[in-house]
Formats: sequence, C-alpha cells, structure tokens
Amino acid sequence: MRSHSSFAEISRQLTDGSLTCVQVVEHYLQNIRAKNSELNALLSVYDEEALERAALVDGKLQAGSAGKLAGMVVSIKDVLCYQDHPLQCGSEILNGFESQFNATAVQRLLDEDAIIIGRNNCDEFAMGSSNENSAFGPVRNADNPNRVPGGSSGGSAVAVQADMCAVSLGTDTGGSVRQPASFCGILGLKPTYSRISRHGLAAYASTFDTIGVFAHHVADMALVMEVIAGEDANDSTVSRQVVPAYSQQLEVSSKKKIAYIKETIDNDALNGDVKEAFLSKIEALKADGHTVEEVSFPLMEYALPTYYILTTAEASSNLSRYDGVRFGHRSTEAKNLEEMYKKSRAEGFGEEVLKRILLGTAVLSASYHDAYYLKAQKVRRMIQSALNELLENYDFVAMPTAPTTAFELGAKTENSMEMYLADLFTVQASVAGVPAISVPVGRDQDGMSIGLQLITKAFDEAKLLAFSNYLLEN
Amino acid sequence: MISPEVRAKYKLVVGLEVHAQLQTATKIFSSDNNSFGDAPNTNVSVISLGHPGVMPKLNEKAVEYAVRMGLACNCEITEYQYFDRKNYFYPDLPKGYQITQDKTPICVGGEVPVVYDETKHSTVKLNRIHLEEDAGKSIHLEGEPDSLIDLNRAGVPLIEIVTEPVIHSPEEAGAFVAEVRRIVRYLGICDGNMEEGSLRCDANVSIMPVDATELGRKVELKNMNSIKHVIRAIYHEMDRQIRMTENGEEIISETRTYDVATGDSTGMRTKEELNDYRYFPEPDLSPLHITKDWLESVRSAMPMLPAGFREKFRKSYGLSEYDAQVITDRKEMAYFFESLCQATNNYKAAANWTMGPVKSYLNESGKTIDQLPISVESLAGVITLVEKGTVSFSAASQQLFPYLLEHAEVLPDQAAEKLNLVQDSDSDSIQPIIDEVIAANPAKVKEYLKGKKGLIGMFMGEVMKKTKGKVDPKVANKLLRESLETVK
Repeated sequence: MRSHSSFAEISRQLTDGSLTCVQVVEHYLQNIRAKNSELNALLSVYDEEALERAALVDGKLQAGSAGKLAGMVVSIKDVLCYQDHPLQCGSEILNGFESQFNATAVQRLLDEDAIIIGRNNCDEFAMGSSNENSAFGPVRNADNPNRVPGGSSGGSAVAVQADMCAVSLGTDTGGSVRQPASFCGILGLKPTYSRISRHGLAAYASTFDTIGVFAHHVADMALVMEVIAGEDANDSTVSRQVVPAYSQQLEVSSKKKIAYIKETIDNDALNGDVKEAFLSKIEALKADGHTVEEVSFPLMEYALPTYYILTTAEASSNLSRYDGVRFGHRSTEAKNLEEMYKKSRAEGFGEEVLKRILLGTAVLSASYHDAYYLKAQKVRRMIQSALNELLENYDFVAMPTAPTTAFELGAKTENSMEMYLADLFTVQASVAGVPAISVPVGRDQDGMSIGLQLITKAFDEAKLLAFSNYLLEN
Repeated sequence: MISPEVRAKYKLVVGLEVHAQLQTATKIFSSDNNSFGDAPNTNVSVISLGHPGVMPKLNEKAVEYAVRMGLACNCEITEYQYFDRKNYFYPDLPKGYQITQDKTPICVGGEVPVVYDETKHSTVKLNRIHLEEDAGKSIHLEGEPDSLIDLNRAGVPLIEIVTEPVIHSPEEAGAFVAEVRRIVRYLGICDGNMEEGSLRCDANVSIMPVDATELGRKVELKNMNSIKHVIRAIYHEMDRQIRMTENGEEIISETRTYDVATGDSTGMRTKEELNDYRYFPEPDLSPLHITKDWLESVRSAMPMLPAGFREKFRKSYGLSEYDAQVITDRKEMAYFFESLCQATNNYKAAANWTMGPVKSYLNESGKTIDQLPISVESLAGVITLVEKGTVSFSAASQQLFPYLLEHAEVLPDQAAEKLNLVQDSDSDSIQPIIDEVIAANPAKVKEYLKGKKGLIGMFMGEVMKKTKGKVDPKVANKLLRESLETVK
C-alpha cells in the first residue's frame, strides 16, 4: 500500500482484491511502530482490536455488506468518548478512566465500518497551541521532531501527517484543528458550530467546541463529514439542517470572490515567509480569474481577548466535574472535603488548565461578570455580525492559518501571551461559529509547512471543501 | 417566652421557597428512572454521574408539569426561556453545577389564595416558579469517618416556587405550604410527601417594627420537613429575632437549620453564605420555546383545583367553609365526594357520611379512599334509606355500612332486610309498645308530668329495648310525648 493513499484508492484496491483491510491496518501499524515512540502522537494503539475489526470488515466486503467507510482507518483525539476505551483528555485527573459510551461521531464512524486504530495525544483538555501541555509529554512534528505540531489536536495532526492513519478526528475550539494542520502540512477542517453533535466530546468551551477532521485528501474529509455530521437526539444544540453529500460536490464551477483581511497581513506577529507564501497564493488566485480584494476588519484585534474570556468562563464550569469524588484522580493527602477538592484538582490538572480555570472563575464572579463575561458576549455578537456581513459579499475570507510556522519545542512555553498569539487568526471563525479550513500552500525556509485558512458562511462546508480541493490541485 | 405586648411591636415578614419534585417517570435531563426508595446509586447513568462528554436532554414532561403549576397559580408563562448553570462544589452535585433557571424562569408572578386560623383569607403573591434539577444525597452516618453519596436523586426534576416577602404569620406560611401541597397533588405533578423530601420548604424570615417601612435583615431557615415544623420553626425564629432586637443585638443575615428534635436552630457556616454561584446560560441545552398551541393544550387539560372544588362544594352543595376545607384537603376525598353528590341529592348527608363513617373507616383500616370497597351508588342508597326513615342513622352507620364494606355485592336495601334493620315507622304498631312502657313505669310518668322532661330519654330507651331498636326514633319520640301528655 502506497503512503498517504486516498480512501478512493484504498477502496478501489479493496474491491479489486489487490488489498485487504487487514493489510491496510498493518500498513498503518507499521508506521506507528516505527515512529510513534518518537512522535508521541498516539497514547493508545488498538492494534489487536483494529486487526480483528479489519478481518471482520474484509468479510463484510466479500459479502457485499460493508459500510461506506470500510477500509478507512481513523484515530481519535483523547477528548472523544470511545466505549470501554481510555479517555483522559491528556490529563492526569482522569487517570484510569474509561468511557462507558461512544461519542455520536465515533459511533457513526463505527457504524460505517471505519476502524479506530488509536487514541491521539493532545493538549490537556484541548487547552494549548503546541501540544506541549499534555500530561503524556509533547507530540513532535513529523517534518522536524524538534518542532511542535501545533495544538491542541497535535496528536491527531501528526497521526495523519506521519501516515499512522488515513483520517483523524480532532476538536477545534479556537484553532485546535486548523493550526496544527497548518504546522503539519495537512488539511484541517473546523465545521460550523453545531454541525456535528458534541455528545461524547469532553467539553472545554461548549459554545465554541467543534469536532474537526484531519486528512490529506479533501474527498476523504468530505466523506467523513457526511457520516459524522447532523442531527442527534443526544445533543439538543446540534443543527437539524440536512447534511449535504459533500463528497459528491467537490467540483468548483465558477470564479469566486475572496476577501483577505488587511489586519492579518499587517500584523507584527506575522512571519515573513508565511506572508510571502500567502500573498503569492493570492496572486495566483487572481491570475486564475478569481476576484480577490483586501478588506479591513477592525474588530480583528478583539477576537482573541473575547475568545479567552468566554472560553475560560465556560471551561471553569465544564471542568468542575473533575473533583476526585466519582472518578479519576483523588488526592491521598486530603484530610477533609475541602482539601480533597483542592489537592485532587491541584495535583490532577496541569498548569495551563489551572490557569484557565482561575481566569474563567474570575470573569464569571459577581464582581467581574458584567465587565468581562457580559461585555465579551456583546463583542462576540459584533464580531459575528461583522464577519457574516463580510461573507454576504464574498464567498470566502482568506488569511494565513497561523502567524508562524511550527516553532521549536519549548520556544514559547515560558510566555503564555506569545503562545496565545498562535491562535490569533483562527479564533475569529470560532468566535463567529462559522466553518473554516486550513489548506497547505507552501513551506518556509526551514521546510516547515504553511497553511492558508479559508472561512465561509455557516453550513457552507460543501463550498469550502470544493474550493480547498481546487486550491490543492492548482 | 415573649409577651404578646412585645410581639405586637413587630411585624413578621416571611418569604418562602418551596421545592417540589416532579413525579415524571424519568429524570429531567436523562432517561434514568425517577423513583424514590430504590437501592442507592441504581438510577444513575453516565448523565447522572456527570461523566465527561455527556449532554443533558430535556424531559418535556417536566416542562409540562411546571407549566401546569404555573397555570394553577395564575402565573405568566414565559414564551422563550433558557437554562442557567449555578456553579458550586458539593460531593452530591456531580457536574459541579446545577442546571436551573436564573434569568428566565418558566413561570413569572402568580398567586396562591390561602385560608388560615380557620377564617382568615389572604392571597400570597408569587415571584416566580422555575425548573431545575435536584442534587444527590449525602449521607453522614454517626461515628463513620466517611460520608456516603447516593446519586439516585441527582437530576430529579424540581420546581421551585418562590413567594414575595408577603407572609406575615407562621400559620399563614403553614397554610401556604399546605395549599401548594394540595395543588401539586390535585395536578398530579408531585406526591407532596414532605418527610421523603419530595416537597421541601425554605423560609426567609425577618422582623420589622410595625411602623417601619424597610425590611429587616433576613435569615434563611432550612430543613423543615413538615408543615407543623414550618410553623414552629418560623415562630422560633421570629422570637429569636425579637429577643435579639429587644436586647440590642444585631441580626446576622445567615442560613440556619432547624432541628426538629430540639425545636432549636443553629447557624450554618457563614462561609457558605459567601458562595458566588457564577451563573451563566447553560450552553449544552438549546433554548426552550413554549408555543401558544402547546400551552393551550396543557391549559385545556387542567383538572379542577382545590379552590375550585371548595367553591363548588359551598355554592352548589351548600357545604360550610369548614366542611369544604376538610373534604378538599385530599384530592381523592374531594373526587369521592363529588361523585357521591352525583349519586344523591342529600349533600349534607353526603358530607356527614364522607367526613364521618367513611373517614373513620379509612383511618382505622389504613386504606386510601380509592380502596373503599363500597361504591358511591351503594353509599347513596344507604343515605336514601336513612333519609326515608327506613333505617336509623345509627343502625346504618354501625351495622349496615360495615356489612356493605364486607359484602360490596349486596344492595343496601337487601342488606338492611337481611340484617333486620328496617325500622317501624307505622304509629299503629308502635303505639301498643308505648302504652306498655307507660303502664310499666307509673312513678316515672308522674315525675315526668311534674316537669322532669329529661326522663323522655329513659322512656325512649325502654321503647328501643322492647323493639330492638327497630322503630323510627322520630316517630316513636313524637308518639311517646303525645301519649305521656294524655296520661293525665
């Protein structure tokens, strides 16, 4: 089996008998065995189980009863529930925890005969931009193991990057799929908020959290989206809009109108190579007949603070359940109830998580609620309507996915503010709840990949995927 | 004890918060069973346990029940609403927050009419009714270092009924809780069992000098598990505050828990008072929209409420206010009486039978009224027999009614025949017996005629003895008086 094979290619070989599902799994397992100890992208490898399932799927293929993802090997971020499998959210506070149910997205993958090969490392509770906040150690970028893969879904990105699986599921709250996709040179999609059920996604910030998809091929991503998106009785907030057949709509038939934001190009944090690659792609699009215009988005600078106020507020509440009472880590040092809470949580959570819980607790407290939480909610609505207005006039808004390429491990761990800037360009779509994708468009002088982010209107994933396909092919 | 004069210097101000567990089949945000008394931690799925990744699913029945209560109390029903999170740590609160309604309660305003001290009427204004989930139960066993937690109750639907601070006597507070309990029972949304905690009451109590305009500092009382305790605890707290004020002490705004055994209250740690619940909208539930059509369907299915029955019983059946109160105290009793009144026109007798023999039988047998073996038609038949004078009331209540309870299939008149209870009301057949009695007691007759009219009872007794109680006492009495007068 060829590296980075597309699912279509694998399917064809499975059908003509030149390949079996077991061989597909073995191909990925071989890569995992060779690379995972260094890259640390997978926390659990379900090797035997995957092979057993593969044999089963091979049987189904022969019987003609296989699901539409037969032969698709997937890994899932350690914040997604997979029944009777460990779930730790990259944290010690969930030591020994196994989920008792399947996330809706996971269940739908399994129902279509996808094979889950392992659990991806990630930043603790999806909080981070470099995957250095995991209790299980950092994930390394397969293009250069001294560089970070981005975060928080770094493990999911590297698993696809290093051909340990065909597709992986991550989660994106403020850029956690798009930014690592950019750093790892692959595709990373954050769908519209509420497009995919959050049932079985361990919450970080509930009004931002989305499950996202990593892949090398747009068609693979489209197919997976088709399977996992849509209405779900277990999540009352999920959209009831019909899920289009994304994989059947990957052709771009017309010239598009694209805006790129002045404030991102002029930003001091933007790396020169990234800027150059981005602008040259813009020129190429123009040359190909698309209308590309520079626009101003003055609210851009408020996106990051809005994001941090609201996500930490929600996180402080969402993470209250990790208290040492019913499951996970409980301190052995505690002498009374209050100590049990304080010690279990202080021992179980890492520094970044503690910091965000404290921040969120502060912004929701009676004395700051109106000045921070309420105000941020108002700003969120302003950003949302300004971006929607822009998207009324343009098919896409484009910008670099991240201000830089993958940086060295440890380079930003001492400075939170610098680390937070890695999300500078991705939080806008998260704050607005609209879909966005990162598409690899080049490499910097050190050979690290550069991603271009495309944003479009809510529920217009089909358009986004089709244009990404076009970008990759041209 | 505080003298009535001192008490009279102050006005009591009470606001109540009544929590009622809704008797839906399943919990408010999960499909776990909602049932009391099951083995600990058996009705707990991943949602009740607050596992990572779970999301709440709103039980529409709970919404319907809350709306029923709102309609019963004439509240305004909120069309668009959402839930909020109330954040605090406690071991029996699995998620570390309670899903409740802070900003958009499902019912706003409203009122509950109450009657207390037998004749006093008042209308208690409500502030709101909101929906929320119950927490689990912490169990602290005497002498055990560890506490135990039962999460069966976690996620049971609750409505919290919050009054304005408009209650001015402990009895009024008690009457309010009693009326709320009646209403939820009539609506069939809560069993109203205060001892099992399905109905719970907290009271915010303050006092103010009668001529003051500003409310005093309030103290929150918890842990009152019967209406009697609500009244006692408020009395105790009122007197405590009056005593403190009279002594020049300052009242601290705090939560106090009432000890049923000692009748005393103790302050809980003031630290808990400092809780900042950090409310914010629950992001895991979509906002709730109550449509006009749906609201109308709930409204049209509303049953008659205790106040409605009381009015009907007074106006249509001529019951006294007190009798109407007694009969409507339990929903089943009211419905029984109502159907009895469909079977007989003698409403006064129907009320007496309901409150007398029927109630005594239920009390003695420990049965509920729906387990009463005798049908309303049969009881109406007994009432008719008494009314016509065929059977005396005492024979009917002491012999015929008990017999019919045992032999539900026998018709009342047949049973009266069988038991030989049919009384004689024919004066021709009674007269000879009366003559006999008069003839046998000449001395007593003389005394009677001299004015000792009380002896009539002795003569009646003799007549009854001779006839084995089978004469109509009214007829016999009349004949006896006439005959005695004619002895002269």
